[in-house]
Amino acid sequence: MTNQVTNILISGVGGQGILLASEILSEVLMLAGFDVKKNEIHGMSQRGGSVVSHIRYGKKVYSSIIPEGQADVLLGFELLETYRCLPLVRQGGSVLTNNLQIFPPPVTLGKETYPEDIPAKISAAFPDTTLVDGLRLAAEAGNPRTVNTVLLGALSKRVDIDDTCWQQTLQKMVPKKYLEENIKAFNLGRSL
Amino acid sequence: MKRAILSGNEAIARGAYEAGVRVASAYPGTPSTEILENMVQYPTIDASWAPNEKVALEVGIGASFGDGRALVAMKHVGVNVAADPLFTLSYTGVKGGLVLAVADDPELHSSQNEQDSRNYAKFAKIPMFEPADSQEALTFTRIAFETSEQFDTPVMLRTTTRISHSKSVVSLQEQVTGLPEPSLEKNPAKFVMLPSNARKRHPLVEERLLKMEEWACQQPFNRVEKVAGKIGVITAGVSYQYAREALPDADILKLGLVYPLPKQLIRDFAANYDTLYVIEELDLFIEEQVRAMGIEVKGKEVFSICGELTPGRVEQSLSGKPSEAYFSHSEPLPSRPPSMCPGCPHRSVFHSLNRLKAFVTGDIGCYTLGFMEPLAAMDTCICMGASIGNATGLSKLLSAENQRKVVAVIGDSTFLHTGINGLMDMVYNSSASTVVILDNRITAMTGRQENPASGYTLMGADSYRIDLEQLCRAVGVKHVQVVDPYKVEATRKVLKQEMERAEVSVVIARRACMLVKRDPVARKPAFTVDSDRCTGCRACLKLGCPAIEWRSSAAGKGVAHINGLFCVGCGLCQQVCSFDAMGVSND
Repeated sequence: MTNQVTNILISGVGGQGILLASEILSEVLMLAGFDVKKNEIHGMSQRGGSVVSHIRYGKKVYSSIIPEGQADVLLGFELLETYRCLPLVRQGGSVLTNNLQIFPPPVTLGKETYPEDIPAKISAAFPDTTLVDGLRLAAEAGNPRTVNTVLLGALSKRVDIDDTCWQQTLQKMVPKKYLEENIKAFNLGRSL
Repeated sequence: MKRAILSGNEAIARGAYEAGVRVASAYPGTPSTEILENMVQYPTIDASWAPNEKVALEVGIGASFGDGRALVAMKHVGVNVAADPLFTLSYTGVKGGLVLAVADDPELHSSQNEQDSRNYAKFAKIPMFEPADSQEALTFTRIAFETSEQFDTPVMLRTTTRISHSKSVVSLQEQVTGLPEPSLEKNPAKFVMLPSNARKRHPLVEERLLKMEEWACQQPFNRVEKVAGKIGVITAGVSYQYAREALPDADILKLGLVYPLPKQLIRDFAANYDTLYVIEELDLFIEEQVRAMGIEVKGKEVFSICGELTPGRVEQSLSGKPSEAYFSHSEPLPSRPPSMCPGCPHRSVFHSLNRLKAFVTGDIGCYTLGFMEPLAAMDTCICMGASIGNATGLSKLLSAENQRKVVAVIGDSTFLHTGINGLMDMVYNSSASTVVILDNRITAMTGRQENPASGYTLMGADSYRIDLEQLCRAVGVKHVQVVDPYKVEATRKVLKQEMERAEVSVVIARRACMLVKRDPVARKPAFTVDSDRCTGCRACLKLGCPAIEWRSSAAGKGVAHINGLFCVGCGLCQQVCSFDAMGVSND
């Protein structure tokens, strides 16, 4: 029997809520009965640096790092960080990206250049690319800080897991105070 | 059976709980920090932050001598600080089990070097376990305590960043019962290590290792996985996962105990293969010992000694060919290094030190980021507490003019860790440097942990807040000043004045980190830029604030723009703007 492992990458900028999104995702996958491993680097990277989270699930997962060029789905929270991670995605893989630019310090200082037309470059290489207007949907949900939940909702459509698993995990992991707006944000993302 | 998805660090904390640990002590350090943070949820454990790793281990030793199980945690470089008690603890052995959890950081994700802690196990002659996932992190923690008591030895439990910070599924067990009650028992022959006693303990240490080496051949944590019988691999820790990924058909001897090695088991395994690999990160720790047994292996001639391994790197090393990605970039991408947060109280100090052309001996913390453009005001960084000693050494040989430029910069937690000793030396030996203590009331870099100057303990209790001014005066510093780093001009003025002084002086830049958990700092309304007033002079960009972006303008020079989602309203940019272009947003 083949051991099919699915690989999901989440990338973005430290402080965007990537950790919480990947926590929720891996909790959902465990609830659905899979072996799950997830991996990311804390520490220095939290201070506005690039952050990449690897999530792998299947019957049995060995490495928590996704082997190069084998990501099935890439969820990017910021355009440059989505673009940066493309070499990790397999041919025919899916890309979901937030339509947001955050300029890194070297760009602000005029020492380096932010690439142009990133969405077009992504979809040229990966036909299954979805551009998400995360900030607009988060505002619609009632709080601009729920962008990560909107994006998680968008991702949930690429992962064949029952809706109740998602709802149950959101209830468990999101603080009560913010639950309603996060459920709204999740559903807005999921309906894309 | 209850299942949970835990990080390696969470699993170690859980394992410690299940093993009946009573006392846990640590100094925070990435990637080990969450071990102690996760102890707090278990009411049977007294968990605390120590001022440094040496104290943490000494606390653990005390608890062990009182017949309680103790866990001490630190990052790899922390063992350097704790090495003094560690080596003699090897001689005394334990009473209650003692486990030292150490987290290495191959690839230097958040460290100043890549030292391989396995060498400490061999050097101090104590056993070391190395888990390969969270389940093993939990199980090995439990086994480590049993082993510690069975062989009367401290035990090290080594993880790496990818084990500490990866989450995987574990099953949870009940807490062990029937452990002895803590007691006071005098046993000077075992616990007082002066020459006459220690001389008798040394042979016991050597015997212990030989016994363990034999014992380890029969234990389930050292196991052989037979698949195709053609290629053999000896591996441990996270490298096991990569080996399984890259060589699915290989037979693997997977070591759970990486010191002492189960020599007979290795001999029996190795005899089956013409091609035998040792796959391990960093040093050739296993390889060298296997070679010393007269066994031919391939190791570091194939796999890099620097950085971490990954499934891809293992595969490429084996095949000798670079991996082929479907997509590759046709243009250079801008880097995105970490930077100080918007509202960080350290920012203005470095902004001033840059303008004052200081030579800054630096230290370990968020503020090490002060070395980066555009602040570019840190010139050395060696280890915890080094800034002050480095400044003393420099000032011993410089001209009076150059001496004045030397400024040591150190955080509150780092100062209390090992910086205070340097300050004593500075006063005692009449050095003339300036020391800046960046007192942001928290150990920020590792994720905001409490410390003896923060006013709270790890468990959340109120605690005495060390008075840094009094402490500095007590060791003999005559000139101690406190500044608010949000006041840019006033801070710069004090720094200039103290740099010019030909005596030791301490400037305490005090303001809480924007991210402290207790007594949180309120965000103020975001600033906006009046683009009519902005002349494009770029003075605000010299602050290196992530909230300040640069946009093109009709005039061509460009204008500053403040990202309202990031700005916390600290007001530094308003103070450095000569054209009054920064104002408070109406949103």
